[in-house]
This record gives sequence, C-alpha cells and structure tokens, in this order.
Amino acid sequence: MNSKPTNMSNSSIAASGKQEYTITVYSEDQIGILNRISIIFSRRKINIQTLNTSPSEVPGIHRFNIVIDETEEVIKKLVRQIEKQVDVLKAYYNTNDEIIWQEMALYKVPTDIIAEKAKVERLLHQFGARVVAIRKDYTVFETTGHREETDRLISALEPYGLIEFVRSARVAIIKESEGFHFKVKEFEKQQPGEEVIENEYLDKQSEVFTM
Amino acid sequence: MNTIELEEEKKLTTKNSTNVSGSVAVFEILLAENVKTVFGYPGGAIMPIYDALYDYPDRIEHILTRHEQGAIHAAQGFARTSGEVGVVFATSGPGATNLVTGLADAMIDSTPLVCITGQVFAHLLGTDAFQETDVVNITTPVTKWNYQITDATEIPSVLAKAFYIAKSGRPGPVLIDITKNAQIQKFDFEGYKSINHVRSYRPKPIVRKEYIEEAAKLINEAKKPFVIFGQGVILGEAEKEFKAFIEKGGIPAAWTILGLSALPTDHPLNVGMLGMHGNYGPNVLTNDCDVLIAVGMRFDDRVTGRLDRYAKQAKIIHMDIDPSEIDKNVKVTVPVWGDCKETLPILTQLIEKKTHKEWLQKFEEYKEKEKEKCFDKDLHPTTDALSMGEVMNLLNELTDGNAVIVSDVGQHQMVACRYAKFNQTRSNVTSGGLGTMGFGLPAAIGAKLGAPERTVVCVAGDGGFQMTLQELGTIMQNNINLKMIILNNQFLGMVRQWQELFNERRYSFTDIESPDFVALAQAYHIEGPNVSERNKLKNALKEMLDHDGAYLLEVMVGKEHNVFPMVPQGCSVAEIRLS
Repeated sequence: MNSKPTNMSNSSIAASGKQEYTITVYSEDQIGILNRISIIFSRRKINIQTLNTSPSEVPGIHRFNIVIDETEEVIKKLVRQIEKQVDVLKAYYNTNDEIIWQEMALYKVPTDIIAEKAKVERLLHQFGARVVAIRKDYTVFETTGHREETDRLISALEPYGLIEFVRSARVAIIKESEGFHFKVKEFEKQQPGEEVIENEYLDKQSEVFTM
Repeated sequence: MNTIELEEEKKLTTKNSTNVSGSVAVFEILLAENVKTVFGYPGGAIMPIYDALYDYPDRIEHILTRHEQGAIHAAQGFARTSGEVGVVFATSGPGATNLVTGLADAMIDSTPLVCITGQVFAHLLGTDAFQETDVVNITTPVTKWNYQITDATEIPSVLAKAFYIAKSGRPGPVLIDITKNAQIQKFDFEGYKSINHVRSYRPKPIVRKEYIEEAAKLINEAKKPFVIFGQGVILGEAEKEFKAFIEKGGIPAAWTILGLSALPTDHPLNVGMLGMHGNYGPNVLTNDCDVLIAVGMRFDDRVTGRLDRYAKQAKIIHMDIDPSEIDKNVKVTVPVWGDCKETLPILTQLIEKKTHKEWLQKFEEYKEKEKEKCFDKDLHPTTDALSMGEVMNLLNELTDGNAVIVSDVGQHQMVACRYAKFNQTRSNVTSGGLGTMGFGLPAAIGAKLGAPERTVVCVAGDGGFQMTLQELGTIMQNNINLKMIILNNQFLGMVRQWQELFNERRYSFTDIESPDFVALAQAYHIEGPNVSERNKLKNALKEMLDHDGAYLLEVMVGKEHNVFPMVPQGCSVAEIRLS
C-alpha cells in the first residue's frame, strides 16, 4: 500500500490527470468478494492506497471504501468492472470534495518522555490526540482526521521517539447520497414475475453456510 | 483414505437414512436443469459424486475424457452448438487446475459452463492435504462466479445460482467447489427450484429507448453505415432480429470470428470478416464509414488494430448487454445497453428502409481486388503444394454450408473461418479471445454431442492437434462420429509467418515434427489417409464425410504458405496488407 502524503487541497488534479478518488462499493457479504474486487486493480497494476470493509447502512450489505490515485477515465472503467461482479450491488466513485472522510491513527510513544517534556504534551493537545492506553513504558494516542493531519503528528512526534505508528484506511460518506436503503428496494423490486418461484435457500445463505 | 476420513464418512452417511446425500442432490438438480450430458474425469475428492452417478446410467450421459482440459473444452463445444450450459466434473488439486485454461477460454468467449470440482474434506482445508489446492482463488479471475460448498444443505441454492448466472446476461463459466464431506453428507433435500433472480446481479441492463432513438437518428442520416457484429447476436438468439435490422437499413455487415455463422455466408449484406486476418473491404472501409454500428462485440485488439487510428471519422453506436464493454476500448457516440434481441427490433422499427447501393458497391470493389490478389492463388494454386484454402473450399462445396466447423488456433483457423460457408447459426466453434491451441479436438467432441444430427468437422493444424490428441481415446470409447482434418504444414505456421515477416526468417522453434497421424489414429481404431496430391483431395474429403464413424484425414499443405490479408500488429485497419 502506498503511503505517500497527499496534497492539502481537497481535490487536486496532478499533471498526469490523476487525482484521488474514493470508490464506494455495496456488496453482498460473501467470502471471496474482497478478492474479486482487489484483483480488478492488481490485474491492471493499479495500487490501492487504502481499503476498508465494513457493514453499511443496510443490514446484511457490505460496504467497501477504496482510495485510488487515477484518472477519471480509468476510474470509470474500474467501477464498471467492480459493478459487473455478481455479488456487487452498486459501485460509486467520488472526488474528495464530494465526500466527508476520516482516517484514524494510533501512535505509541515512550511514557517517560511525555512525563518529562511538556512540549510533547502541548503537541498532543494541539493535534487533539486522545489517550487510549497508559503503561509504565509506553502510552498510546489516537487521532482522527485527514491524512495530512495524522501525517503531521508523526513528524512532530518523531524526535521524541515514536515507537509504533499505524493508520486505518479511509472511511467516507458521500455528501449527496441518500443512503442505500432506497436502492436496495430497487434491486429487490426486480423480483421475478408470477410464474417464477423464489428459491427458498437463496435469502438464507448466511444461515446455511458453515465452515 | 485414512481412518479419520472413513470415520467422517460413516458419521455423515448414517445421520439420517431417509435423507439424500449431497452427491445425489447434485444429480437431481442436474436433471431438473435439463442437463443430459456431462464431461469429466474422476478422482479421489469427487468420488462420492461419481458413485452417485453410477445410479443414473440412463438419465445422465457422462463422457470420460482423457484429461480435464479435454473435458472443459468439450463442454465449451457442447455449449456453443447446443446453446445450453456445458457441465464439467473434475477432482480436486490437479483435476481442478487442469480446468483453468478452459475457464479462461470460456470467460473471454462468454461460454456458459458449470464446473463442479471435488475438494478435500472441509476439516482439511488449508492443511496442504493430499490433492488440496485453493481452487476458488485460483479460478476467481477466470470465472463469472465461483463458490465453495462445505455443507450439503447449500447445494440446491448454490447450484440454482450457478446455472442461472452461467447462462443469463453475458454468459460465462461458473465453478462450484464441493468438499468431500458435503458430497457425502445426508440432508433433507426438499426438491429443487431453479431461479431467475439474484439480488445483487443484473444480467440485463435496462433498455433506454431515448438512446435507441438517438442511434436510429444517426443511422437514418448516414450515407455510409456499417454494421460489425459479434457473438452477442448468437448468444442473444437474435439472428432473426439482426437480419431484419440490416435488411431494412440496407447496411453491410461484417463479423468478428465469434460472430461467424450468425448471418448466412451468402447473404447479400454479409461482407466478410473483420480484423487481423479478416477481409480487405471490411477492414479498409471501417475507416471510411460514417456510422459504425457494433452489435454484441467487444472491440478486441485483433479486430481494431491500432486504436488511435480506428474509425476516427465515424460516429459509433455500440449495442451490448455488458455495460462494462461500453467505452472500454472504443469511445462511443451512442451507447445502446441491453440484450440485442430486445433492442434490435426497437431500432429496426425506428430506421428508414434504405439500400445504400453505392456504398455496398465499394465493398464489392474491394472484394474483387482481394480475390485477384489473394484468394485466386489461395483457392486455386498453381504450385504443387496444396493450400489450406483449397481444402476449405472443397469442404464447403461438399458440405454445402451445412456442417459445423470446429477449428483449432493458428493459420488454419484464420483460413477455416474466412472461407467457411455457413447456412445456419451456431456452426462455427473456435477459440477466439484466448487463442487456445489444443481447443479444437476436444471442443469438436462436445460440438458433435451438442448437435448430434449435424456433420461436425474439426479442422486443426499439426501443432495444435498434438496438444490434446489424447482425446482420440474419448472419440474411440464413445464412438463419436467426428470428422477430423489435420492441415499439416510441418510448422507452427502462424508464429513462423510472423518470424518470416517481422523477425527476418529466424525460425526459432517453430519447426515441429509430428507422429504418423494415420498410424496414430489407427491405434485408436480411427480410419483415414494422408493426402498430399491435389487429384486425391476431393475424393478423400468425400470419403471422410461419407464414412460412418470417426475419420481422420491428414492433408499435407505447403510448408511456408502465409495467411493474407493481414493487418500487422500496431497498424491501423486501413493498412491491411494483401501480400
């Protein structure tokens, strides 16, 4: 995964025509769907910057957030390939100014340094960092925000002996979206006609599946 | 089988004797899906299914091939001629990995298949058990959908989905991996219902009439409209609708290699084949037409040649069932999403009746030039060596366009497709997208079983035939009345042609030796001669067609003949070479 810092502005287009896009995928909760989606990128030698999978606003439907640096033309094709997957209901792509997004970061720093240096304490205050755990030898802080914010705290903490750092994938909400509840109904509306009988097992897959 | 497996098996089978096993359920489902023919090869992890098959001798015809690749190619051939889903059985591990080439081929050529593979017991998954391989992940990129069943109760719902997904929308291969415990496990099988709806899956995009209206407007304004069509017409069973459309519009139509036979060869609007070894007129005039109407095709690079010089002057209408094909390779002026069986009649209704005489005349002119510069010497050579073209020409004459022709991959494939004469649809079976050498012979076995009333002729080269010639055993054991022609030029001809044209005749490993094919066929009790003289060719072909049973005819053809016309790689379609 690529971790190079991005530009400060919300939607900046590089000279190559590439910019950050957030892809939102609604899928059935099936084993293997992550692989089906990720190989769409790896087959085309496209790096995934961040990837998050989580439940969505609709029970039983999974939501992926994938961040990619590409041109719109490529993104469009990728999104169509994702949507083509049998277990995918819908895929959207958005530029940064069309979404609200956050990433969470955890920082582990030596406890004695924080205890000794008021500067570090101020720094953490300034960045709105929250203490998650305090141990004799280390303390874990958490911040949530955009990439550049969490990045800045790393560089600020580095001189004081940052022991460990980890950042989550981006999670994003689409500003314009009215949610997927309505869309799901639309998908379910494509119900078979009278002559067709629903398979009784189909909607019970999660109950049926055992490993 | 070790003792743990035996115990496991005992535990599973004694659970409830009134219930059926997963394996029996598989066959009940196949019968409900109207599957009568299965291609496969047994092995350890699929033994319970084969054991259940033993009780279905009259209802399920199982064709034992000599290799799993043969089984899947045969299923492809079966699907292509019959229009039904091809079904394959293979065991875990090597059995399943041997299917991969066929899956990739079926994926790129949109062939409906349901492949059932055995898998080790669920409790052994991930332990590197004997013949365990991660089949679902290996086959993910080459299947439309795949799934692993570890519990017998899943079998009805998953197989219902498998058949529906394989054949609906843009068809494709589906693989279902069933662990051995699920095959043995008894469960309450409450009957089977096929489905035609999966929530997350939309096989057909919604037809948008406003786009069809826009397309009709472009066609009505066009002076030089040109239709290019692919397998979508055949898969959509829209041959009639397609014919009505081009006839009303008076629009010349050219085909991709997989679109071949959707329109009869002698139809006055059929102007020939597109692409790298297609016909002269259709290629050159692609860059001259004003409206290009693509129906059920995907603008493969072998069809378009150099993309930045492809039909730049034309407005492009693309009709396809798969929305991801729109704008994928060629930027489209008007997209028409949908099944062409539904969209074509609407479009036909909206277009004006026209003839475009002058424009059609242009195709005729190019055809004349092509005939003079290429085909005359190809079809009526003056040298001693036989040409592939004259063999195909005679075959056409004798079958009168009623045979199914299954070709392998290479020079002979281009010749077979370009000269083949067809009166009816689903007559051409070939590996188009993947170009799988070795496809021909096993696919022809399946093609014959899919169209038992028709004459099926397999045309292969000496190279490709050797890749899957073990399937002669399948022909022998199942008495398959298949006609085989090997066009032997003692070279891997297509690569040799490129080496001649682009690598200064550096024939790097294209010089290939063959066994005595006649003797080899005899070993399998298959008759047939070797022919190298012109005066014996026609009789030999006649004898082959009249022979009751399988027949192999080896024809020695010119060693260094080239296939022309040709659009060299990296050139535009207008830069097609005649020599």
